[in-house]
Amino acid sequence: MTLIILTMTAALLVAGLFFFFAATVGFLRFPDLYTRMHATGKGDTLALLLMVAGLALFNLYDNFCWMGMVQSVKLLFIAVFWFIANPTATHAVLRAAFESGVTPWTKDGTVIIDKTEGEGA
Amino acid sequence: MVFMSGIVTFFVLLIFWIFMSGLFDLWHFGLGMVSCALIAYMSNDLLFKDMKVASKGRETIRLIKYMPWLLYQIYLANIYVVKLALHPKMSHLIYPHIVKFRTKLKKDVSVFTFANSITLTPGTITVLVEDDCFYVHAIDIPVAESLPGDMEKRVGHIFGED
Amino acid sequence: MGNFFLGTALALCFFIFLCLYRAVWGPTVFDRIIGAGFVGTKTTILLLLIGFIYRRIDMFVDLALVYSILNFISTLIVSKYFIKKGVHSHQL
Repeated sequence: MTLIILTMTAALLVAGLFFFFAATVGFLRFPDLYTRMHATGKGDTLALLLMVAGLALFNLYDNFCWMGMVQSVKLLFIAVFWFIANPTATHAVLRAAFESGVTPWTKDGTVIIDKTEGEGA
Repeated sequence: MVFMSGIVTFFVLLIFWIFMSGLFDLWHFGLGMVSCALIAYMSNDLLFKDMKVASKGRETIRLIKYMPWLLYQIYLANIYVVKLALHPKMSHLIYPHIVKFRTKLKKDVSVFTFANSITLTPGTITVLVEDDCFYVHAIDIPVAESLPGDMEKRVGHIFGED
Repeated sequence: MGNFFLGTALALCFFIFLCLYRAVWGPTVFDRIIGAGFVGTKTTILLLLIGFIYRRIDMFVDLALVYSILNFISTLIVSKYFIKKGVHSHQL
């Protein structure tokens, strides 16, 4: 039992570290602000969920009592909070960038594909 | 009705307090009861505004059913980002654009859920929401053509906008 | 298990160090905001790991919770501020 829980914790932490690593590399390598946000807005969320889940599991095993459960619920609350807050923060920064005129990097120069044209609205 | 929503707000806040403090002695628990009652009295129209409690419960259950699908999409999105970020010729693979499209969703909460779901699914992030137009940054052409996809229907089904 | 947490924390510190490149030299001001937010995400995990290393998780979990909320609010406020200023990328 001990071995299973410790292995699962270690696996979740290592998976989280791997996604953090990929998000960081993407954050450094992608060509402009908008594509960089693809790396941070998604890689962050999953990596943090995985690592917090691993830590909550370890905490449940380490001190199994009422206070330990309360701390695990708090850890899960951190995960849920980031799950909602991270896309919102991404959206806020992108909106600020778009409205202050940072143009996206494109290959052919057409920035916006308009799907609302031709709907007669 | 106002009284009912106040009671429900009070119990939601009290559960939150119990998990934040974890103590049941008279001082801490009494402090929690008093502050939850005060906040429920002052802002009882914030959480359950012009909404029946029954439909709120149904929406919560549907939202919880929606979560596993969203987690799977997040997993796919991360695999995609990892593949792009660690690919040696990454700039040949991407073809970024901003796609503008119209949505049928009306309520604020469903637009919020839809925008956050777009950000978490593969290859797309929401840039701007204006009235009912979404500006979405898509990283590749096939992803851009698949918008809005069946996610709009799923989110509309959760909040009863079929 | 303490050594494993210590190694994870050191790896996270290394990623924070890499992120500081964008936070300091990012071409636009929004790259810097994102860089700071990304450092904040990792710092949340780092605080939790420190709590497990020193076996005081009861205290550090509250710190991490408050830190994540502050990080989110500061990102929102700074981005709102720069909408009003209207900073263009060539003006930096």
